[in-house]
Amino acid sequence: MTEARDERRPAGELEAAVLAALWAAGTPLTPAQVQAELSSDLARTTVTTILSRLHEKGTLERERQGRGFAYRPIEDPHGLTALRMHGELDRDSDRATVLARFVDRLSPDDEEVLRQLLEDGPR
Amino acid sequence: MITLLLVPLLLPWAAPALARRVPARCSPVAALWALTVSAVLLAGGSVAALGTLALTGLLKIPAFAALGDLVHPLHTPSERVLLPLAALAAGLLTLAALTLGLSLVRQSAGLRNARAAADRRPAAGDLCVIDSPRPDAYALPGRPHRIVVTTAMLRSLDASEREALFAHERAHNSGGHHWFLAVAELTAHCHPALRPVRDAIRLAVERAADEAAAGTVGDRRLTARAIARAALATNGREAGRPTVTPAATTGPVPQRVAALMAPARPARRAVPWIAALLAACAVLSCATAATGAVRVHEDIEVAQGETGG
Repeated sequence: MTEARDERRPAGELEAAVLAALWAAGTPLTPAQVQAELSSDLARTTVTTILSRLHEKGTLERERQGRGFAYRPIEDPHGLTALRMHGELDRDSDRATVLARFVDRLSPDDEEVLRQLLEDGPR
Repeated sequence: MITLLLVPLLLPWAAPALARRVPARCSPVAALWALTVSAVLLAGGSVAALGTLALTGLLKIPAFAALGDLVHPLHTPSERVLLPLAALAAGLLTLAALTLGLSLVRQSAGLRNARAAADRRPAAGDLCVIDSPRPDAYALPGRPHRIVVTTAMLRSLDASEREALFAHERAHNSGGHHWFLAVAELTAHCHPALRPVRDAIRLAVERAADEAAAGTVGDRRLTARAIARAALATNGREAGRPTVTPAATTGPVPQRVAALMAPARPARRAVPWIAALLAACAVLSCATAATGAVRVHEDIEVAQGETGG
């Protein structure tokens, strides 16, 4: 991907990528660290802009680190959302029909096939 | 007339074998449309046939005959089998309506809860992250469309795999895939033979989103890897949950991964014969149901004392 193409992606998609990188990291990240964690080539200034915008919206909190800030996602205080979501999942076996899930349950055979496919492919 | 009305009830049994073969022979989006439209026609034909049978039986009962302004008794061939058949048809229709209603209530409650959960969390763009140790991801239709992903899922993928996941979920939302899933669910309640067709539609929906994601990230193997890794992570955590009976054949996820590992197929103009056959079944089902209904209507008009049509 070229930098020009990544810069032209919708702002919402860039915000999503930045938030995902922060959650995946699990520790506060500086704009430079976020930039390194992203698969796309975004300019540092773009990453900084996205981070401060998400901070203003209340999605991220930040702390001073050196001359700049390190950002991390604001957590759900009691994990209520997860509890609620999983409670719903366990009760409702039909969920797959309304919500298009990324992946479904696997049979043991499926698992074996997938492991082989992953091993064969380049990593 | 009765034989005519039995055709739309029997034709759906031919659909599963055809539907299973369609995704391998069409582009995912073409397969999705072919399967969904066929399922709707087959479901419509079988409901119309059941309704006509039930109505005919009902008009044999004097009270309903009076209600229908019948001045003569309704004459139909094969009188002896008609009444039991009509009773059976009425029973099946009631059962279908009940299970459909139940499913409708449960599905909309599930959707509302998922929506409420997503709305509690701040979003970045269309992404809603839920802090949970259980890997999961889904597209949430509504206003605005969201993609919901748990932290465990984000952590089991690398940055480029996450982009493939997001592209997949965005394809669901922009393609309006939840409508196809809802229609598939509706048709599955109309005829038991359409349940395997519903599964084929679900697979076609996922394949369509997979191909769209592969196009967006520009890498089929990367998309395949993201799906495989996410599936393994999801299932590794599910050991303690009630498991569904393992499928005898290869499940949908390995099929999707294998399809992405294979080189992209060039687009074909010609309609594959298997899709044409399925469509023919569907059209035949509707045509026979309609013809049967028209015959019954003519019989009713005669019984109402109208002459000369």
